[in-house]
Amino acid sequence: MIPYLPYWLCLILFCEGLYCVLRKRNLIKIIVGIMIMDYAVNLFFVLLAYKINGRAPILSPDTTIMNMVDPLPHALVLTSIVIGLATTALFIAIAIRIYQKYGTFDITKIKELKG
Amino acid sequence: MSKERDKGMSLIVKTITRLTVGLIFLYGVYIVAHGHLSPGGGFAGGVIIALSFVHLMLAYGKEEAFKKLSRAGASVFESLGAIMFLTIALLGFFGGYFFLNFVSKGTPFRLYSSGIIPFCNIAICLKVGAGLFAIFIALVLLKFDVEKKQ
Amino acid sequence: MIETSQIIPLFVAIPLGGAFLTSLTSKKLNWLADILGIGATLVLFVLSLMSVRLVYLYDILIYKVGAWNPPIGIVMVMDGLTSFMLVTVNLVAFLIACYSINYMEKFTSKWSFYTLFLLMLAGMNGVIVTGDLFNLFVFLEIAAIASYALVAFGTEKFELEAAFKYAVMGSVGSLFILLGIGFLYGYTSTLNMADMANVLKEKGVSNVTLMVSVLFLMGFGFKAAIVPFHAWLPDAHPSAPAPISAMLSGVLIKSLGIYALCRIVFNIIGITAPISNILMFLGALSMVVGVFLAIGQWDFKRLLAYHSISQIGYVVLGIGIGTPLGILGGLFHLFNHSVFKSLLFLNSGAVEYSTGTRDLKEMGGLASKMPMTGSTSFIASMSIAGIPPFNGFWSKLIIIIAAVQASHYWYAFWAVLASILTLASFMKVMKYAFLGKLGEKWSQIKEVPGFMQLSMLLLALICVVGGLLVLPSVSEVFLRKASDALLQGVDYATTILSNV
Repeated sequence: MIPYLPYWLCLILFCEGLYCVLRKRNLIKIIVGIMIMDYAVNLFFVLLAYKINGRAPILSPDTTIMNMVDPLPHALVLTSIVIGLATTALFIAIAIRIYQKYGTFDITKIKELKG
Repeated sequence: MSKERDKGMSLIVKTITRLTVGLIFLYGVYIVAHGHLSPGGGFAGGVIIALSFVHLMLAYGKEEAFKKLSRAGASVFESLGAIMFLTIALLGFFGGYFFLNFVSKGTPFRLYSSGIIPFCNIAICLKVGAGLFAIFIALVLLKFDVEKKQ
Repeated sequence: MIETSQIIPLFVAIPLGGAFLTSLTSKKLNWLADILGIGATLVLFVLSLMSVRLVYLYDILIYKVGAWNPPIGIVMVMDGLTSFMLVTVNLVAFLIACYSINYMEKFTSKWSFYTLFLLMLAGMNGVIVTGDLFNLFVFLEIAAIASYALVAFGTEKFELEAAFKYAVMGSVGSLFILLGIGFLYGYTSTLNMADMANVLKEKGVSNVTLMVSVLFLMGFGFKAAIVPFHAWLPDAHPSAPAPISAMLSGVLIKSLGIYALCRIVFNIIGITAPISNILMFLGALSMVVGVFLAIGQWDFKRLLAYHSISQIGYVVLGIGIGTPLGILGGLFHLFNHSVFKSLLFLNSGAVEYSTGTRDLKEMGGLASKMPMTGSTSFIASMSIAGIPPFNGFWSKLIIIIAAVQASHYWYAFWAVLASILTLASFMKVMKYAFLGKLGEKWSQIKEVPGFMQLSMLLLALICVVGGLLVLPSVSEVFLRKASDALLQGVDYATTILSNV
């Protein structure tokens, strides 16, 4: 079994998102590529928090603080998801306006700025 | 026939929506209110509340949804939520430190405990709920303009 | 009882409050947006001047948010470099808010402009003030997203295309930064900058530290437009409305890119010879590539954007040299570039306001009809080209002397060459735009309105007297504190943790 397999798969997902951003020609596919990269980085944070045989870090009156996973990256991921939501909403609004002005989503045809 | 197509979905969807949209809203309020005791909190509850309004708009058409929460109302709620959050932070500032937990912390694991966190959750819920609904309106209504131009 | 360190969170709270109040009230009352914008930026500018004095008295100020002690809580730190950057950012922001009272009359929704402008300012101030690594990322994203929306503000065709390119490249850069923060958290299990510096000093340089340095260099290089990552800047900066171009080129790429890179590389990871060499090489590459691409441009704002890339190369070269004189030169050039590049963009905005064009071949002889714009543009061109006694000359001289003293003779040669080509490029701008015969179609134009003239005049005054900042008594208070804060390296951690 390859050691640290979940981390390798997470980084492969990040590279797939980066490939989408670099090579696809449709605007919406580029936006989906950025969303995949977002998911990969959030997944990486959650994987960092795992301790072997840990439980969910929720405190209630009849449990003791023993054997819980690290709760700090969970808070970081929550913030990061909100930031990703705002960025995606802005991207889609810009993409809709581009379609309204240019009539196409193909990036090889949207080339008014030169030089 | 075309008039019915214009105003939302079929009769089955409208009936089920009438039954469930209030329960979805109540579930969102539950998640916000228990944010300091169980997972969830302001952001997740706000998203669920926004989704209940979006559900209403999808099933019934935009006039019915605007009767419940108009465009101007969504904008006002959004700014109000943000100002409430900043006011809570600044009240802590004048009492000592920024974001200080100055309200009394009751006994743990009860609904009224842990100081300012429930109020922060409510402020975030207002901002996120109204904000997501406003984003949805902006993206969907803009689409109508494109089709008319073509 | 008011403690002195309570000034620090005001830098974030005031622009945030102003932005939310503007969004709530100014849809109906248009005049309130102007007052809130000018009022907030004026208060922030006065507070930043006070902060220079406080740092001179107390040497470092620490504020614990929510009264939680580090390393559990978030701290806000104010040392020499922080107050230097705060003065730069808030000074330029105040003058640009002044300018945009008149300029933004041509656009429809002024309240959304001021909301986004104040949000961007809150994000930049937050990046400068914070002492916690994830908090830096959150504020960086706030400022970046506000700037994507501001570039697309006019919703013309080319503005939307430029905004999309800028947003995609900026997002990819931010994701690289977040991945780097993840690796650092996994390696050191803390997010506080001071604590992380201590842990990294004990654990030493390893593969993780090298990979994180590369990730941060890529991520912050995207934000600062250093040469392999510069492709968004020539499209984004010309397409934005003129005050936003000035804000982006003048302070955003410095606060989000250069300041954050310096803070992390010098104070947390610790500067080593390979990183220093890479920074110097990328700086020299930016200088030369920027200026060669700028010579053939005929669009006024696009030419200025390419020169931004070149001047940021000077700053990175100065900071990468690593000696005290080099860092002093780099930081001084950062301040100077904020002032004269903002002035140049505001001038191009004034020309566009009066004549409606940005093409240099169509303009001619505008100095006779627009005397204030012409003279301030002349002062700014002399500054950027490095003519004595304006402020650009002193900072470029310090960087070249530092390069020669550290025996990097090739880098000094490229710096001098880039400076000569910059002078040639701006001679072209002055000749085609302002001097010469007035064209017939421009015989009816007038000078720009009052607020725009006032802000351009004040920036030109700072260009003229900016050279005085190198005098020993003045630089002791302002510039030397900033370069000392970077030079103390990883001892930054002990300074903070002992003062808490």
